[in-house]
Amino acid sequence: MTEAKNYMYRPWWKITGVLLLIYTFIAGLLLKVPALPALQETIRNLYFHVCMWFAMMILFTVSVVNAIRYLRNLDIKYDIYARQFAIVGIVFGILGYITGAIWASYTWADPNKPVYNSFSSIARDPKLIGAAIALLVYFAYLILRDSIQDIDKKARISSVYNIFAYTMLFPAIWILPRILPSLHPGNEGNPALDVKNDISGNMRMVFYPAVIGWTLLGVWITTLKIRISLLIEKKLTS
Amino acid sequence: MIKVLKNTGMLLILMLASITLIAQEKEVEMADTMRSNGRIYVVVAVMLTILLGLILYIIRLDKKISKLEKEN
Repeated sequence: MTEAKNYMYRPWWKITGVLLLIYTFIAGLLLKVPALPALQETIRNLYFHVCMWFAMMILFTVSVVNAIRYLRNLDIKYDIYARQFAIVGIVFGILGYITGAIWASYTWADPNKPVYNSFSSIARDPKLIGAAIALLVYFAYLILRDSIQDIDKKARISSVYNIFAYTMLFPAIWILPRILPSLHPGNEGNPALDVKNDISGNMRMVFYPAVIGWTLLGVWITTLKIRISLLIEKKLTS
Repeated sequence: MIKVLKNTGMLLILMLASITLIAQEKEVEMADTMRSNGRIYVVVAVMLTILLGLILYIIRLDKKISKLEKEN
């Protein structure tokens, strides 16, 4: 692919992402939010914590698409794409997990007891376990990749594993947590996407731009990693 | 005629009075928002600084990689 045609080198979407993030930070903190018991102002975490998971899901989707493209064409470039999208997706997943832990310790925990006393009831929440399983499956992807020396074998095996890891996401974070009772909101439908009885319209005005902004930031970081990998690849082959 | 003038005068006075009332109400409300916001603007400034710092860093990385690509 020529550089002129590749979107990786275009600045317009990077600028869009940055502008959306600046908007998220300002509007997310200053706009009015519905006053809800227990949540109070922490509902603003919707623009940050939830967006991490949305960005992770989108990055993993791009990753698996590139894994399939590699298996179809056996072009090593697509394997590099798949790996870098997966690793940035994992970074976003870890950030989502950590921010969720902070949020939960101030909203789910019993305020009359120290936080660690509520730990057992929080830690057994199916949504947390599901997210942990999904992330661990992706950790295994990285370990599997880096344990194979031969470049073609590495690319082929990890592409197949990538498809497996992606399908594991669905039972782990989409299906199982909805069947089991959970403290986490969103059991009844699509969290934060239900137009009728979910977040107010005011919040959606920030939430959707926030998802796009965070995702674009993730993609930007990924393209930088891809470009470095392509440079190294070029040096090795030349 | 005098009655009409009196009435309009009364109306004007009432309107003026209500204007000052509105103004006062606004002032009180302003103070309330500032108090309930609790200097949230400081937090916005800090978070924006961190965000912009990180983004400037990414831009620098982007430029450096572009330079490497041109050299190769």
